Amino acid sequence: MTTPDSEVVADQRPAGDGDALLEVRGLRKHFPVNRGAIIKRQVGAVKAVDGVDFSVRAGETLGLVGESGCGKTTTGRMITRLLEPSDGQIIFEGRDITHVSQGDMRPLRRDLQMIFQDPYSSLNPRKTVGSIIGAPFRLQGIATENGVKRAVQDLLEVVGLNPEHYNRYPHEFSGGQRQRIGIARTLALRPKLIVADEPVSALDVSIQAQVVNLLEDLQEEFNLTYVVIAHDLSVVRHISDRVGVMYLGKLVELADSAALYDSPMHPYTVALMSAVPIPDPAKRKGRDRVRLQGDVPSPLNPPAACRFHTRCWKAQEICGKVEPPLVEVLPGHRVACHFPENAPEGAGEKVTQAAEQADPA
Amino acid sequence: MTQDQTEGSAPAGPKSFLDVRDLRIHFPTDDGLVKSVDGLSFQLERGRTLGIVGESGSGKSVTSLGLLGLHNRRNARVSGEIWLDGQEVVGASPEQVRRLRGRKMAMIFQDPLSSMHPLYTVGAQIIEAYRIHNDVSKQVARKHAIDMLGRVGIPQPDKRVDDYPHQFSGGMRQRAMIAMALSCDPELLIADEPTTALDVTVQAQILDLIRDLQEEFNSAVIMITHDLGVVAELSDDILVMYGGRCVEYGSADDIFHRPEHPYTWGLLGSMPRLDRDRSERLIPIKGSPPSLINVPVGCAFSPRCAYSELNQGRSETERPELREVAPGHRVACHLGREDRHRIWTEEIRPKL
Repeated sequence: MTTPDSEVVADQRPAGDGDALLEVRGLRKHFPVNRGAIIKRQVGAVKAVDGVDFSVRAGETLGLVGESGCGKTTTGRMITRLLEPSDGQIIFEGRDITHVSQGDMRPLRRDLQMIFQDPYSSLNPRKTVGSIIGAPFRLQGIATENGVKRAVQDLLEVVGLNPEHYNRYPHEFSGGQRQRIGIARTLALRPKLIVADEPVSALDVSIQAQVVNLLEDLQEEFNLTYVVIAHDLSVVRHISDRVGVMYLGKLVELADSAALYDSPMHPYTVALMSAVPIPDPAKRKGRDRVRLQGDVPSPLNPPAACRFHTRCWKAQEICGKVEPPLVEVLPGHRVACHFPENAPEGAGEKVTQAAEQADPA
Repeated sequence: MTQDQTEGSAPAGPKSFLDVRDLRIHFPTDDGLVKSVDGLSFQLERGRTLGIVGESGSGKSVTSLGLLGLHNRRNARVSGEIWLDGQEVVGASPEQVRRLRGRKMAMIFQDPLSSMHPLYTVGAQIIEAYRIHNDVSKQVARKHAIDMLGRVGIPQPDKRVDDYPHQFSGGMRQRAMIAMALSCDPELLIADEPTTALDVTVQAQILDLIRDLQEEFNSAVIMITHDLGVVAELSDDILVMYGGRCVEYGSADDIFHRPEHPYTWGLLGSMPRLDRDRSERLIPIKGSPPSLINVPVGCAFSPRCAYSELNQGRSETERPELREVAPGHRVACHLGREDRHRIWTEEIRPKL
């Protein structure tokens, strides 16, 4: 596939998506699997991300959920260009950044930042907090009004840390505080888009809530746009405006948070929701549960067509033959399934039709 | 810990299947004495499930290792009593405890990849455990291992029995762990964060499995986790730990619908919930968990408690004892009963 010019792409975009800060089209990442000690030959590919489309509007929070191995982290790392996409397009503020070189990427890093999952391994243990948070200013050569130290201390205050801790080392802080240091570093250059990869999963419940609240406050204050990657469905519902559900490298459902959680359409989403333990002993009995059998298949050799059909209780013959594309069946609610749940009349047919149009053979 | 139980029944021996009395596990270190568990008491009957919840560093896992007698006596000071089916564990010789371990009590560990031996097949590890406690031939033990793997839902158990742990997926490894733990029909099963490393759909499968097996074997289960959702699914009783001590103990219903300790309120408020409407803001607990070397004087939770000033300074000076506030519901808090009820019904519950 050839990559069209970014200008052309901007023209082709539908009018409704005009305020999209980030657009992702047909994004793929295949990791080659090699055999042979001297002469390496490729024997296969791990299809970590295999054709993902979505857009993120300025000021919103998009959540990406899925089980381990579904490609959500790989997607996040491709958006921030920490991984080179195999195919597809990433358009940030109307500019195609899919294969931009490292050097050309550097000025863009101001606008595109990432919060990492593990606050224990994402901070250099030999640097002080001051130099960790001050690094973006130095790297980008940005002059600060009252010096870098002042700017860092302001940032520490913004994320709820004591500015006097400027000269301390990461090991002197607890997990929650370290995550705040990571967030301060991310915020240093006032980015437009922040990709947060499991920002709270390494933290205790009571600390999780503090960090979730902090992320929300910062969004309001600095008008940030988030892509939040997480496996915890309740955390994602709490912070996201829209949520995308991923399964084996594909986006299977994308909708407004409320719509997705109230009436999930894709059977996988339904199963995922009903697997979440409800913290209320009174609701233990009489809950309608969908129990999936077995494990997620290997992304090395994913099932043909609909990737969920091997574990799906609604699967029919067509599911193993025709791949359902992500189709908008209700305004703002897109699903990739031939037999969606909770869907309006004819939604499944719409998906099947779209699949036939896309692949007439 | 109610006074009458400790004093009244101590000479006569325990009434319950598992009776833990004033368990203390301290670790002397160069920095000071780490009081990981500091006076924990509870009882558990067969067929019942006790959930122990708390944040990291609250002493949950140290408690479970203590029950199994797995602490090295050279660097851990264990005191108190643990009565398992009429037998005392803390004072017993390592030889006696070893006979109990595996047969009477077994444990499912948090991370099945690091708690299984990578160089032995899954089958060999189950067979080893079974043959230590049962005088049977290798063939019989192997059949038993295949049978157990089948019971916990591993497909083609007769083939998978010869696989190594790395050939299993995370969920299957955890199933194999469960098969190993259950191979000798233990009467007490301790599950330490059994699903933390797993995805939600697999977690649901494992929780179902533990519930089914408990019904089948009528064992007592201790479920240690930080996830309130998991305890709500499985537990009959819940023990909330903070700073090495029990701060609240009660039935699952009490803890979720009538909690009385500010820390329990905090845990419930911190958690985004799928079963309720989306709340505007979470209500976190301020600060972070205390270091177990320097547990705050008085109530360990007082520096983080929003209501500690209602106690005229008692929170900072006097440690609250665990008192029974209703049958089977015990709380360690200085706040008056009326105050607690008022705060819960007027301030906390409406915001959840």
